[in-house]
Amino acid sequence: MMTAHIVASFDDELAKIDLLITDMGDLAQTMLADATRALVEADLPLAQRVISDDVVMDARQREIDERCVALIAKRQPMAQDLRAVIGSIRIASDLERIGDLSKNIAKRVGAVGAGPMQRRFSHSLSGMTGMVGDQLEGVVRSHVTKDVDALVTLRADDKRIDIQYTAVFRELLTYMMEDPRNITACTHLLFCAKNLERIGDHATNIAENAFYMTTGRQLPADRPKTDETTHTGS
Amino acid sequence: MTQWTLDPETRTTEPASLPKMRGENVNVFYGTKQALFDVNLAVPEHQVTALIGPSGCGKSTFLRCLNRMNDTIDIARVEGEITLDGRSIYDPKIDVVELRAQVGMAFQKPNPFPKSIFENVAYGPTIHGRASAKADLEQIVVDSLRKAGLYEEVKERLHEPGTGLSGGQQQRLCIARAIAVAPEVILMDEPCSALDPIATAKIEELIDELRENFTIVIVTHSMQQAARVSQRTAFFHLGVLVEEGPTSEIFTSPNDKRTQDYVTGRFG
Repeated sequence: MMTAHIVASFDDELAKIDLLITDMGDLAQTMLADATRALVEADLPLAQRVISDDVVMDARQREIDERCVALIAKRQPMAQDLRAVIGSIRIASDLERIGDLSKNIAKRVGAVGAGPMQRRFSHSLSGMTGMVGDQLEGVVRSHVTKDVDALVTLRADDKRIDIQYTAVFRELLTYMMEDPRNITACTHLLFCAKNLERIGDHATNIAENAFYMTTGRQLPADRPKTDETTHTGS
Repeated sequence: MTQWTLDPETRTTEPASLPKMRGENVNVFYGTKQALFDVNLAVPEHQVTALIGPSGCGKSTFLRCLNRMNDTIDIARVEGEITLDGRSIYDPKIDVVELRAQVGMAFQKPNPFPKSIFENVAYGPTIHGRASAKADLEQIVVDSLRKAGLYEEVKERLHEPGTGLSGGQQQRLCIARAIAVAPEVILMDEPCSALDPIATAKIEELIDELRENFTIVIVTHSMQQAARVSQRTAFFHLGVLVEEGPTSEIFTSPNDKRTQDYVTGRFG
């Protein structure tokens, strides 16, 4: 249990930043789940909601930035407080990017279309969506509970997403080679898959920052990378 | 929470450069009251070592042991070993006056002599016989004032009273006075606590410059000041040296919970 500060309002300010991070984490998970569901089910109103949620996400990030800057100016935080403030700024930035990438998926829902073929293509992303969603949920939860062992495991798990991304990439290439009329929908879906892969990377960043905030230690930089799409020829 | 928790074993605890001074098992008593308990601390050469901790923690007591200032307090008793370049400073053969020239000191409140600026700085080298000719003495005074970053501000009024200077200038005059006897170590006991932010910034800038030629130990109540000026930080609490290490680590990820609580403002 953390000892309270001599100045109680310092604790309040840190708690408020924590609360905003948790809010952003919840919103990022909702946006990701809604965007991918809108894509698979060709649900345009749901896609629209994701796009409008992004405005809230951006506002939350700005609020965290402002609060952190004010706290540094007023309190000159040290040790775990300093790490908490710097880590919160970074995590908020990653969550905001996750919001942007989810919005980008939502914006492609109309372009992918709603025919039976398109739905079949979209379903190829389902497995990856589940993995990325679980990853994001895991890092946000482990950050809140300060479970550093879980953070280390989750960070390593990103390679599964990279492998899945490579598989989706190959599958969509196959559809495009089968029939050039599939190219428009599949290209949009390729971007969606790339966005999901990027969301996985941001979740990894969050895991690394959360680990640093709790322990004061940086995780080693040599995390294995398994995105092989750059070697996948047509 | 197994292998990822803070591990004191992996820390760099040894200073990068050789210790200029070293305290081993230092215990200090004021009468029957013990003020320091088994303190072991190395002061590395050409670095700034900051001593921090709440009031009454023993940091000033330790500082005052380093040039035997505690000798002036009748009821004070120092046990253990304190060395300068490997030689015990409590050796009966040591000349205390000579020791205090080697290990100079600047205090919380600037205390210039009621003499001119020139005489304030010239006094030490004169009594220590550092200057044989008048020209030598003048050179020492000018050099010392330059090193203390004060010369340009006072060169036109060297023979006016030192007490007529501003607080920050007086403090730099006292530092010039300490430098004039060619010390190897300079001890500073809260040298900025009576100064405004601008004068404080000048002293901090000066401390950084002085590090090139001297070894510095500073006691400060300002954590930010310790973080800015020092390379090593030692945290004292209730007469015990709780933790010592590179300043960057003490202020970003200290090992001991007491240090964490103190530097983050959680100490009650």
